[in-house]
Amino acid sequence: MERAALPRGLTWQLGSVVELVDETPRTKSIALELPVWPGHRAGQHVDVRLTAEDGYQAQRSYAIASAPEDDHVVLTVERLDDGEVSPYLVDELRPGDQLELRGPLGGYFVWDASLGGPLLLLAGGSGVVPLRAILRHHRVVESTVPARLLYWARALDDVIYRDELMANVFGDSVDIRFTLTGEQPEGWRGWERWTDMELLQEVTWPPRERPLVYVCGPTPFVEKATISLIALGHEPGRVLHVAFGPTGV
Amino acid sequence: MELDGNAIAGTMMGVFGHEMTTEFGTCASCGARSMVGEFRVYLRAPGEVARCRQCGSVVMVFVEARGVTCVDLRGLAALDPA
Repeated sequence: MERAALPRGLTWQLGSVVELVDETPRTKSIALELPVWPGHRAGQHVDVRLTAEDGYQAQRSYAIASAPEDDHVVLTVERLDDGEVSPYLVDELRPGDQLELRGPLGGYFVWDASLGGPLLLLAGGSGVVPLRAILRHHRVVESTVPARLLYWARALDDVIYRDELMANVFGDSVDIRFTLTGEQPEGWRGWERWTDMELLQEVTWPPRERPLVYVCGPTPFVEKATISLIALGHEPGRVLHVAFGPTGV
Repeated sequence: MELDGNAIAGTMMGVFGHEMTTEFGTCASCGARSMVGEFRVYLRAPGEVARCRQCGSVVMVFVEARGVTCVDLRGLAALDPA
């Protein structure tokens, strides 16, 4: 009997770190060269596994920050001070090091041009990572689907991909807005409010336009935003969400 | 720490051999049917535990011991593609 091929997403492989970019004081982007990469869809994630000398293993999921068309697979990782995996990835990893991972994973929180829009992206903190992959893909395929990103962060220093987002390199069909609830720089013209129902109502398209909504961030952020959007009349099936635990402000 | 079904996409792909987060599970306790990606997931339990978003009942448990994954799906009445 022929042995069935393992699904490619399942196989652990070693990638080489080709570049590290400081995004914020606690966040780094890790560009990887992978021996086998079937290609991913914008919004997917990978599992990363670290193995200690004594064999102890710790595994976490990280969103892919790069578009499928980009040269390298890029992960953006935020250091959690009590974390087992993220302090190593952010502080210790060097170009040329190897990193064990499997993926791409997840078939639910993905966007490609065929899904249309309008596209509302709601990011809480490092929840912006998979949404940035979506925006980059949107740009590469020259999508004309109107897209809007609302990014909630504590302060401007915590904003990941700040230059890219502030300069809005994604083109005229993409609208990028921020809300900073901790501290605001002088002359700040963005919002300072929580992403409550009022703010969401201001930022979203009306339900009759059937926006496709992607929400990613800490669990409380995601739950509140999702509940508010559904209360505002948006179709639950068009409000996609991924939560990554109670980190944040 | 509460996550959602996306956090166990890799484990489920290992067990079932294909992408599972877009499939639908029916809770054996309350009958709610939801996408597997929307289950509430806890990784710090012994193993990985998924609970129904409606009633909180345990629907799936995955425990890995010595390279073998033990799977308990008794909390599911059905598991089917969309």
